[in-house]
Amino acid sequence: MIKESGINITKAAFPAPFESGLEYNPPTRGVWNIVHTGMLIPESRQIFVCAQGCLRGVILTAAEMNAMDRMSWVTVSEQDLYDGTMEQDVIDGVRDIINRLEEKPKCVLIFLSCVHLFAGCDFKMIIDELSALFPQVHFIDCYMTPTMRKSISPDSLMRKQLYEPLEKCEKKPKTAAIIGCDRATDEASELVKIINSAGFELLDITKCKTYEEYLSMAESSLNITYIPTAKPSGEELEKRLGTKHLYLPLCYGYDEIEGNYSRLCTQLGVKTPDFSADREAADKALANALEIVENMPIAVDYTALPRPLDFCRLLAEKGFNVKRCYADSFSEEERADFEWLKAHCHDLEILPTVNVKMEFSQCEEKYLAIGQKAAFFCQTDNFVDIVAGGGGYGFEGIKRLAELMAEGAVNKKDRRKVIQHKGWGCESCL
Amino acid sequence: MNAKVISIYAADTSGVCSALYELGGMTVVHDASGCNSTYATHDEPRWYDRKSMIYISALTEADAVMGNDSKFIRDVAKAAGELSPKFIAICGSPMPAMTGFDYSAAAEEIERETGLTTFFVDTNGTHSYLQGAEGAFLNIAKLFCREGKEKQANSVNIIGATPLDFSVNTSVSSIKKWLLDNGFSVQSCFAMDSSLDEISTAPQAAVSLVISSDGIAVAKYLFDTYGVPYVVGVPVGKSFSKKLSADLKRAVSEGVCINSCGEKAVENAHMIVAGESVFASSLGAELGAKTVATVGIRNSEVLSGTDIFCEEEAELEKLFSQHKTVIADPLFRPICKVASFVSLPHVAFSGRCFLKDIPDLIDKDVSKKLNL
Repeated sequence: MIKESGINITKAAFPAPFESGLEYNPPTRGVWNIVHTGMLIPESRQIFVCAQGCLRGVILTAAEMNAMDRMSWVTVSEQDLYDGTMEQDVIDGVRDIINRLEEKPKCVLIFLSCVHLFAGCDFKMIIDELSALFPQVHFIDCYMTPTMRKSISPDSLMRKQLYEPLEKCEKKPKTAAIIGCDRATDEASELVKIINSAGFELLDITKCKTYEEYLSMAESSLNITYIPTAKPSGEELEKRLGTKHLYLPLCYGYDEIEGNYSRLCTQLGVKTPDFSADREAADKALANALEIVENMPIAVDYTALPRPLDFCRLLAEKGFNVKRCYADSFSEEERADFEWLKAHCHDLEILPTVNVKMEFSQCEEKYLAIGQKAAFFCQTDNFVDIVAGGGGYGFEGIKRLAELMAEGAVNKKDRRKVIQHKGWGCESCL
Repeated sequence: MNAKVISIYAADTSGVCSALYELGGMTVVHDASGCNSTYATHDEPRWYDRKSMIYISALTEADAVMGNDSKFIRDVAKAAGELSPKFIAICGSPMPAMTGFDYSAAAEEIERETGLTTFFVDTNGTHSYLQGAEGAFLNIAKLFCREGKEKQANSVNIIGATPLDFSVNTSVSSIKKWLLDNGFSVQSCFAMDSSLDEISTAPQAAVSLVISSDGIAVAKYLFDTYGVPYVVGVPVGKSFSKKLSADLKRAVSEGVCINSCGEKAVENAHMIVAGESVFASSLGAELGAKTVATVGIRNSEVLSGTDIFCEEEAELEKLFSQHKTVIADPLFRPICKVASFVSLPHVAFSGRCFLKDIPDLIDKDVSKKLNL
């Protein structure tokens, strides 16, 4: 029997507990990719320019979400790799596609791939040429560059480029925007309530129905990001449009949550509310969940929540039997939680998700899983189906997670079907 | 090549993985990360239910620029040591093609380090699944097939079976049943529901049945090396399957190779079948319809004079508009505005989108199955 490659937290290194090597791909498809994210721009079309192998995945992402009417492609052939015509091939292909469309899109996201960057392709020249050919269309330079594993990730870069068409304009003083999230933030969260009660209009790309509405996000006077991969978007917009940016990371430590709200209130110019009742409500929900979950072992994965260790710590502090955390590496933001767990949670195992031995992992115990990868590896139908925080935030987010845990511990889900749905929350033809 | 609205066929790397999936080897695609999720999500319906050692090398920008070949070799050897595969296959994506990665040398090095049979399939992510699967099948035949003591009378090698062309419905088992019903036995199946040991006995077969164009190179190899003749065609429909059975018998008795699906009369020229050349051509023969091969290369061994090879969306749109009935994968529908469209999903084109709707047409009344 092949032994899976987990490591006890007391022996794990931070931030990369595992050696790199060949990688396995577990059949969990809920995490959004660059196609899902790009589709958030209303009335836009995506044109991918890359080799057939790379095209296949993105094209079928669009097909599965019933969005082929917004997706086109240009192949890079073997000859194209070497003959020095890369720029012209992109221009010719994109021009031909746009000319053949019955209705011209307002915005086109052009995705180039690793081979273009490696060959030193002049993307700016491509965008300039196409903009001259189609002045009514806004072209965005986008990147499908999975080799970029050590610098900015394609996901983060996509979230940054998602706001590229926004232009500097006069700010509306009572307007704020949440930037870089795949899904709307829970209206019941303290974050949204604070913004609303301060008299601010809250903008979010996930709510935009028209391209014009999307462009009006440039009028925001305050941009908020809370997903780590969205942070560069907020920073970029601050630099380019002069919009104040606040990074209020999605976290599960009560003091850090209050700290985030305090910073937000200062920025909005309002008094920081008292969160005692919210803390109590979160505590109560967790206590209720604990009564139901009891001593059932819990596994958390990194696709469910951007800070899995932070949530493991919260669960451990509240008396849950948290035993596994699935993550291939950690962000620097989690260092303190890692050290705390190392000191206080000696039974916690850290497990990779891409190590080849994980394909053959077995799980004897009956787990409650938080996240699709944890559900898959623990082979459990008792799980919380959530990706990237699921739109929850703050004490209300914790309350909701606790309720989902209680529900997940009692009711089984169709794991095989649920985790293979591509793009959590997206339409699917499956 | 470009398209405004249709899908694209699975690529060569997926063809390699699909062809080798059930043989107990370890297949490694030298790639950053796109190839494995694309293959596992869209091109491999067996992924959830059946384990197979298909991995990527997780190439980084630094490795691509610096040419860190030793890491690839070390990682493959380490994984093989942990997992004990029967063989190792390596293939590659566009980035290593640009950096000139030497697969042949890497395969030699890995074989020396692990003691396991190691081979490479020449892919770079720019070709179709047919090219990848063909290379994989050919390597398996060359490295593992051995001449047995004696020929097995009326035994057949099925060559070209992958879920990309035949899904995971009952099609492949129906082909086997059809062979048995017609007095044949199954010697091997490249490569579904057959072990590597069974496949190694392919030279003992009386004849090979090529059911996808990715099987032609192996069939030729078995003919040239071991004298096993081959017949090309898929036993779809009642009439064409009868002809195919007769051709198999003739091939056995006369030792000749026959392209059954290429021999057809086009009685219904208003109808056209689009898809992989052997399957589409076989269905075309059953229906008396024209065929347009929409993937791979123009293969004169498969297509007849009236058949067409066309991959370009704009040209296909024109071609479809000249026919009253088009039988094709549903993701071709947006460019088929005039004709009556008959949906025939093909995993290699639409992935898992219509997996539940893929019919088993083997030895069946095709008109009834397709509601023609």
